[in-house]
Amino acid sequence: MSVEAAPAAAAAPALPLHSKRGDAGGRHSDGPGRYWALALLIVAAVLTLFPFALAAINAVKTPADYGANGPIALPRSFDLQALLRFWREVDFTQKLFNSVLISGAVAIAGVTISMLNAYALGIGKVRGRKVILVIFLLGIMVPQESLVYPLYYMAKSVGLYDTRISVIIIFTVLQSAFGTYMLSAVLTAFPREIIDAAEIDGANRLQILWHVVIPVLRPTLTVLATFFFIWTWNEFLLPLVLLISNDNQNVSVAMGTLHGQHTSEPTTTAAAALLGIVPTVLFFLVFQRTLMRGVTAGAIK
Amino acid sequence: MASSSSPATGSAGSRGYLPYLIPGVIGFVVVVLIPFVMNIVVSFTRWKGIGTPKFIGFENYQRLFQDGTFWAAFQHSVACVIAMALIPTALGLFLAAVLYDYIGPRFGERTSSGLRAAFYLPQILPVAVAGVLWGWILSPIGVLNQILDSLGLHALSQNWLGDPRTALLSVMAVMVWLQVGYALVVFMSGLARVDPSLYEAAELDGAPWLARFWHITIPMLKPEIFVVGLTTTIAALKVFAPVYVLTSGGPDNATTVPSYFAYYHFFTTNRVGYGSAITTVQTLITIVLGLVFLRVQARQTEEAR
Repeated sequence: MSVEAAPAAAAAPALPLHSKRGDAGGRHSDGPGRYWALALLIVAAVLTLFPFALAAINAVKTPADYGANGPIALPRSFDLQALLRFWREVDFTQKLFNSVLISGAVAIAGVTISMLNAYALGIGKVRGRKVILVIFLLGIMVPQESLVYPLYYMAKSVGLYDTRISVIIIFTVLQSAFGTYMLSAVLTAFPREIIDAAEIDGANRLQILWHVVIPVLRPTLTVLATFFFIWTWNEFLLPLVLLISNDNQNVSVAMGTLHGQHTSEPTTTAAAALLGIVPTVLFFLVFQRTLMRGVTAGAIK
Repeated sequence: MASSSSPATGSAGSRGYLPYLIPGVIGFVVVVLIPFVMNIVVSFTRWKGIGTPKFIGFENYQRLFQDGTFWAAFQHSVACVIAMALIPTALGLFLAAVLYDYIGPRFGERTSSGLRAAFYLPQILPVAVAGVLWGWILSPIGVLNQILDSLGLHALSQNWLGDPRTALLSVMAVMVWLQVGYALVVFMSGLARVDPSLYEAAELDGAPWLARFWHITIPMLKPEIFVVGLTTTIAALKVFAPVYVLTSGGPDNATTVPSYFAYYHFFTTNRVGYGSAITTVQTLITIVLGLVFLRVQARQTEEAR
């Protein structure tokens, strides 16, 4: 149900149910007891966010301040040395660039391939489409662990080992397996009359795809692209295996392979964590609505 | 699914759509199908990653089932299911219900969506980054021990990730932290389709919150509970990154999981055939679970009609 329900949710505006209930707030006055629930949840939320705060306050301390006042004290010094040193030592600009390049390319190519597949399967209803869809679905379920060695071996034998393009190709295919499955479900329910009308007007298949289907699906495609971007950004195993040289590694791999390098000072560790956190949090703030809408779509993953 | 294609799109018409499938199918064959088959074939051989693989039948599997580490890895998988599926589902359900049905109406939509965002934040973090963060917090001279010391609880401080007694529990705690938000957000979006008058009627009848939770929220969210429970279980069975970045399977295999165990054999001992056998078993379990999921989902959709 999630997969088929999600696009509808993505296309329709949020239900106004909440606000209606919110207005009735006056009725729910049951003494001071109600603040307990709120207090409990706020404590839980603060605990959840505590590690983020720790990274932020310690990344800007001097090591001496950290040593004297410990990790939970607010900074009494302000020092960007740790951040700058870490940035320079791991060449963070390059890592960020690689992450953006890989995730961006996968988001665009992944959505394109998903759309082409789904057009043939959902609108074109090519023969054997059910079998094809089930195979794609199995592709979503197969653990990457069972593909990792063959992919590593194949990448080596065709000279694509340790290249960003190998990771882009692999994730484009893996993400588009999910995208195909999801978009096919949407397109199966696409109003036939619209296609027929366009055909009568003399549009060919490519024109129908470009001028009719894609504009209608745009909100769903945006959600899909956002998710492909984030999923690829956070992937770890395959980039870890395929990207070994410093110039090709992305943020995720750089962080995962620190193992104490560059981080002898606790403030540098905090700085490293903070630099890893900031891009995703920025992305989260910008795309919060899209993400929340689309989480149900991602439920299948 | 509507299978009623109009007469205009017979097989002759639909064949014209085949070219659109070409790039996707080629990619899928190269990146998924061939490696998938190759992995299974290799699992029946002895192979170091170079030279010609030697066919040895089921030897890898026989050895696998006698390998204590393999069974330990699967036991840790169960621990991961508890930490990534069971606890987050239960906790997410509770938090979603409180936020939607209690906090939302009394303190406003903003408060509840702000809290939701806070719980969701760890979900979007790359696991590798979470690993750096928690590795620092849980290290022997890390934040947690310093907090315990400053509270005069020095006796409680541990080498959280380095001691076999606490390592698995520590990794599990981090997994719960990572996963709760996902369950919470799915459940909250599920609650949005529950008719609020149901709750209001129950409230007017004087049903206590817990009764409403038990008799309205849980039955209404059954499809979401199923989806979240199963997808997180599958994710837990193939978990790799948290273990790699926090403990590398150690100390003394106390936290190793099948994925890490396979990775270790692929890239450290170069026993590729053996590693392939591990991932083949893992794939089998995942696919069986996935098919069960599809069956039940199909049945639910039928019932809904």
